Amino acid sequence: MAIVPQRATNNGAMIAVRDLRKAIGEEEILRGVELEVAVGETLVIIGRSGGGKSVLLKHLIGLMQPDAGEIWVSGKNITGMSERQLTAIRQKVGILFQSGALFDSMTVEENIAFPLREAGMRDVKTMRARVNEVLEVVELEGENAKMPESLSGGMRKRVGLARAIIRQPSCVLYDEPTSGLDPVVSDSINRLIRRLQERFQMTSIVVTHDMKSAVHVGDRIAYLHEGRIYFHGTPAELKKCDDPIIQDFLLGRSESATN
Amino acid sequence: MAGAKMIARFFIAIGAPLVAFVRYLGELVLLAGDTFRSVFTHRLRWRLFLQQIVEIGLLSQVVVMVTGGFTGAVFAAQTYFQFNKIGMGSATGAVVAVAICRELAPVLSALMVSGRVGAAMSAEIGTMKVTEQIDALRALAVYPVDYLVVPRALAMMISMPLLTAECIGFGIIASYLVAIVFLDINGTYYVANMVQWTRMRDLIMGVSKAFVFGILIVFISCHKGLTTREGAVGVGRATTEAVVISSLAVLISNFFLTMALNIVYPAGYQ
Repeated sequence: MAIVPQRATNNGAMIAVRDLRKAIGEEEILRGVELEVAVGETLVIIGRSGGGKSVLLKHLIGLMQPDAGEIWVSGKNITGMSERQLTAIRQKVGILFQSGALFDSMTVEENIAFPLREAGMRDVKTMRARVNEVLEVVELEGENAKMPESLSGGMRKRVGLARAIIRQPSCVLYDEPTSGLDPVVSDSINRLIRRLQERFQMTSIVVTHDMKSAVHVGDRIAYLHEGRIYFHGTPAELKKCDDPIIQDFLLGRSESATN
Repeated sequence: MAGAKMIARFFIAIGAPLVAFVRYLGELVLLAGDTFRSVFTHRLRWRLFLQQIVEIGLLSQVVVMVTGGFTGAVFAAQTYFQFNKIGMGSATGAVVAVAICRELAPVLSALMVSGRVGAAMSAEIGTMKVTEQIDALRALAVYPVDYLVVPRALAMMISMPLLTAECIGFGIIASYLVAIVFLDINGTYYVANMVQWTRMRDLIMGVSKAFVFGILIVFISCHKGLTTREGAVGVGRATTEAVVISSLAVLISNFFLTMALNIVYPAGYQ
């Protein structure tokens, strides 16, 4: 039943992963992941908690190095690149961390302006205008002066997202964008992801275990199971799929109905 | 056969810690190499550098003054108690000044700074590590060594010698005050003897040592921060280890520095 994506050329794909393997300590987390994401597409990676989804995501931007396999980002093999070489790739790919990972010694505005300042921008007026623009996109107008400590979980994620998109990357990676949030805030984040994709044609990769979010934002869905991509297809195909493992996940059953 | 087994067991027992130690030293050297390379090839973040100057240099002053002052005071008293018995009370100043310049000020300032600044560095960087802020830096195309280690290392290399000089100054002033107020030494003889027996090279030796200690503290502490794992407990452990290891490194390297620098700047009146 497993629907494995075809091995294709890396041209044209925003991100391509070839036979990615990674062990952390004794445990093999990824056991040969094959994945391809086209430009402008939103791919959702679903799977059980602790199944290696975040690990996979961190590989795509070089935060972790694989034990074996290759990762191609916009036509470049980033496997084995040094931290300095990776900076060029990282300017094209933004990431939203699960916790937001805001710099807790800086205000919201300083956090969001950080990538601009690091890129050498000095003009305070332009910087502020850009910050306000992205704050509007994430619906947090006027929160510039707050410290991360005084923000709720959902607000932190949105600030993290604002920071990730201010340099207008061509691709954004989302690590559990809706986990720990109430349904209303989750929904607003889902709409935000869709809006970014429509407005800026960003390629998005969303890691989640929230099925509602997956179906809402995903053009295609990949199911990561036991270190491999077990299913890869559209949300409609996923729903129709009668594989017991997929069904268990969709219905949230802890014991297979086939047992 | 049993002998061979015992030898094998011996090497297995010391092998793992030895490898870990050599690996640790290697990591420190790599971090230092990375930092110095960055200093010469990448632009310096002046704002962060100045912040660190304030944090490391400016705000450590009180600690260092108190350390220097009371060390000078007590050392003057103890020296006098002994020297006075053989009628050499007025030589106290010379002994105190040389000892403070060459050993006490650099070592004690370094120990105080490693407790105050080294601990803060490893705790701050360690917290950033466990809360994914270091990963966020990397993901935003900023190399953590450039952003976190370079400003701290430069600030430390500038601050440590100055703090030590300050410590020496306060030590000598305090010893003078103790000498004339509590010990009834003639102030003129005290100063005259001190000036006669203390050389510029004593001062240079102390300040050179401080520079080396600063480098040891900053790389040990930053390395501990950058390699922190496992949440709040990990941050606590990293902080403790940073202070313990840098203090030991200061004390151990001090001996070898004394032996080496004494060739360049020999002690005594020549």
